[in-house]
Amino acid sequence: MGTVHHSPASQSRLASIWHRYLFSTDHKVIGMQYLFTGMAMAIIGGFFAYVFRMQLAFPGKEVLGYGLVNANNYNMLITNHGAIMIFWVAMPVLIAAFGNYLIPLMAGCDDMVFPRINRLSYQIFLLSVLVLIASFFVAGGGFGGAWTSYPPLSANPAYNLTPNGASLWLLAVALEFVAFLLGGINFITTLMNSRAPGMRMYDIPIVLWMIVIASVLFMGSVGPLIAGAVMLLFDQTLAIGFFDPSKGGDPVLWQHLFWFFGHPEVYVVLLPAMGITAEIITVFSRKKLFAYKTVLFTTIAVGVLSFFVWAHHQFISGIDPRMANIFTITTVIISVPITEMMFVYIATLYGGSIQFTTPMLFALAFLAEFLIGGVTGIFLGASSADIYFHDTYFVLAHFHYTFVPIAIIAVFAGLYYWFPKMFGRMMNDKLGHVHFWGTIIPFNCIFIPLFYLGAAGDHRRIYNYENFPDLMRGHMQDLRIVATISLLVMLAFQGVFLYNFFSSMFRGKKAGKNPWQANTLEWVAESPPPHGNFPTLPVVYRPPYEYSVPGRSSDFWPQNEKA
Amino acid sequence: MGHGQPIATTRCASGVATGKLAVWWVLGSEIVIFGGLLACYILYRLFHDQWSVEAAHTNTLCGAINTFVLLTSSLFIVLAHKAAEEGAHLKAVKFIYLTIAGAGCFLVIKAYEWSGEITHGFTITKSLFWSFYYTAAGLHALHVIGGAVIMAIIAQDVKKKRHMHRVELIGLYWHFVDIVWIFLFPLLYIAK
Amino acid sequence: MMGSIIEQASSYAAEIDQVILVVAVLGGFWLLLTEGVLFYFLFRYRRKRSPRAKYMSGESHGEKAWIHWPHNLVIVCDMVIIAFAMSAWYNIKQDLPPADATIRIVGQQWAWRFTHPGSAGELGSSEDVEIVDELHLQVNKTYHFKLESSDVLHSFSVPVFRLKQDAIPGRIITGWFKPTKEGAFDIQCAEICGIGHGAMVAKLIVQNEDDYAQWIAAERLRTKG
Repeated sequence: MGTVHHSPASQSRLASIWHRYLFSTDHKVIGMQYLFTGMAMAIIGGFFAYVFRMQLAFPGKEVLGYGLVNANNYNMLITNHGAIMIFWVAMPVLIAAFGNYLIPLMAGCDDMVFPRINRLSYQIFLLSVLVLIASFFVAGGGFGGAWTSYPPLSANPAYNLTPNGASLWLLAVALEFVAFLLGGINFITTLMNSRAPGMRMYDIPIVLWMIVIASVLFMGSVGPLIAGAVMLLFDQTLAIGFFDPSKGGDPVLWQHLFWFFGHPEVYVVLLPAMGITAEIITVFSRKKLFAYKTVLFTTIAVGVLSFFVWAHHQFISGIDPRMANIFTITTVIISVPITEMMFVYIATLYGGSIQFTTPMLFALAFLAEFLIGGVTGIFLGASSADIYFHDTYFVLAHFHYTFVPIAIIAVFAGLYYWFPKMFGRMMNDKLGHVHFWGTIIPFNCIFIPLFYLGAAGDHRRIYNYENFPDLMRGHMQDLRIVATISLLVMLAFQGVFLYNFFSSMFRGKKAGKNPWQANTLEWVAESPPPHGNFPTLPVVYRPPYEYSVPGRSSDFWPQNEKA
Repeated sequence: MGHGQPIATTRCASGVATGKLAVWWVLGSEIVIFGGLLACYILYRLFHDQWSVEAAHTNTLCGAINTFVLLTSSLFIVLAHKAAEEGAHLKAVKFIYLTIAGAGCFLVIKAYEWSGEITHGFTITKSLFWSFYYTAAGLHALHVIGGAVIMAIIAQDVKKKRHMHRVELIGLYWHFVDIVWIFLFPLLYIAK
Repeated sequence: MMGSIIEQASSYAAEIDQVILVVAVLGGFWLLLTEGVLFYFLFRYRRKRSPRAKYMSGESHGEKAWIHWPHNLVIVCDMVIIAFAMSAWYNIKQDLPPADATIRIVGQQWAWRFTHPGSAGELGSSEDVEIVDELHLQVNKTYHFKLESSDVLHSFSVPVFRLKQDAIPGRIITGWFKPTKEGAFDIQCAEICGIGHGAMVAKLIVQNEDDYAQWIAAERLRTKG
């Protein structure tokens, strides 16, 4: 051991890297930690999708890089694909990474209000990642009871056969919630208290509003599920039976607790994505955001309504059928503010001067694709149609048409847009276009066949459709193969992104402070901003979207410019 | 890190001090956690008449004494806050220690009560009532322990006349712990 | 529309398909319209044709009308959808038409157990026939089902009936259906229930009265002997 000697200089350099990148309290570094952890988890989640799609297209064949997929593996793969993509990709990247990076910069202050709580939040999150990954390798294998983790299956090891995996999985989810509660408190207080002087309520960029409203939604909805997680953990480890009917419990209670959180959660990740899109479409159409106040108040309306729709996930789960009517009404009604937001975004493009840069393409694709996700949701909100569609691939295709635009397309839009700020260099626009079409076209080719398969009767979480003669009729297996091959193409094109991302980090064109000629405060800082962000903290004189103001020679007007 | 506290922490655009704002948000998220648990308990209770038979075995006297102890400790933390506002830091420290003593007293009574119940066979697995009883009261007791530890840390600062405003913040939290108990006591002990 | 994708074999399949059609038409109209406007704007206001953007806040009454009118029309469409969805829901899940016969369905890891009633159409007589993974029904008879589970959640799903109902341990859930087409169809479990979920398949055989009578007589003999 004693043969390696570090010179004092290299030792202190190592210590400084250690401090700068692992124990930093700088909001930008913490944002990057969340971003890279989220990207790594996305690779795991994508790999899982590849493995189970291969099994579905070519049942019983060995999958390259994984081997044979048995029913147990299959359940574990789909469960963790869902959990990872929502809890360990969408949440950390959309809220934590963008929230941490953008809130202090766009609000014009030097850091979060509680930098050390911020660091603690990431450390707990990292712990949750490690616990989750450990749960794949314990005796009995990873948890396979679906990401919704319905008891009694999830509660009783005699039913799920994964005594260790199930508890570790639940513990990981609970830790992740704690991490985001701590982060959310930071986001909310920072935006409420630490805005630049002069930044009034309607001068706050929409993306910050959306991230903070999302954090409030998260705090308001996750509590009962944390309590539920404790109860379920006790059920698993002490065999108590909070959700066990033979001991007086009720399994449906868990579904209420889960979806009381689970449905607002959809909006928790949707809102930041909508916010990112708002920033990008205004910059690249050089237009003021259409009806800022309408956007803000419809967002709040969506947030409030989202607490009253949860039972549309449970129409046929044994709840009182009369209750379904109430939830049909609230669910269909929530389409109203969402449509309003979509109309507002499209109206923003009217009369614009649109540049099709890579971030703009992704932002527009978010709108176009999310619309499909939204409209197909009405089939599922309408109770009687849901009797048929519930737990089919139609549902699966529907929520992938919402979650992929949210967690993949909008995230790419945000990354291409803020990359120059994050790393001081531009990403290659040509490669960006290749990546864009290589993502969007296969994405539609994966999920349009799945809509059809769902309508034709394919139910979810089945590892081999050969068991169901009715589901092997006609061209159904061919469509499954189309979806799988499209996924392979889509995954392959992410290589273009990774290459572009990492090579641009070191070799890209220097970006300068404000490459997109945008108004918001982050573009006032150096690229990348140093610790402390601004040499002198900016003062705000106007709303964030003053583009193409008549009578000015330049078509943008930064928020901090005095006149 | 060699940096002092960021300028962000000192700003106050909303008019409510940052620390207080954060504590209110923490309490907000705590309310929904306890709210979720208690809502489950109440729903179950409404559909299980036989739970009142189980609840008859809880020790109402211990519960009542504990309510009194917690309320008294809340009074002490209010006095500590008042002393801190007046700048009388040693007096504040004294009242913080009295609050911690209240927390300790609460936990001792709780331990006495639980050990009696457990030796009589009323364990967490006996029936769902007892599962809720130990889960809800246990979660609350963890908050009591956490609060006592934080108060001990704050007392060290206040001794040196540092971070005096934190006395008010822990006071807010302590009132919340108190209020949770005020809900737990009738739900678990009195409703028989 | 749905009928061409998957057969309609129960009395209410067509009703559900009608709701789906209504949503598809109304939703599809708004989807196409919105996407059409979006793509038209992208084409019309690209930088080459529109070098300088207009300045508008969208806060004035006249400008907002462009949002509010479509938005009000969406509400009207929503009301239509709610009305269709709720009336079909009432007929299928809230209303319980009188039964010709009652069957018991029990989900377990990983099979369906079906109890066929005696000749009076009621469960509980010595004539009950219980078999695993095969359900025989008579065409054009109204059935009540008593759905149970002996371990975890399952979901009794018959796609050609457009029927799906979760089975919950500790509860007996009553529902109904009326087969309208003879033939053999799949019964699925639509709620994940463990390792064998993907293989939890049962056969549904809808027969005319004579065939059914023949089958059940033979079955009674077999189980007695």
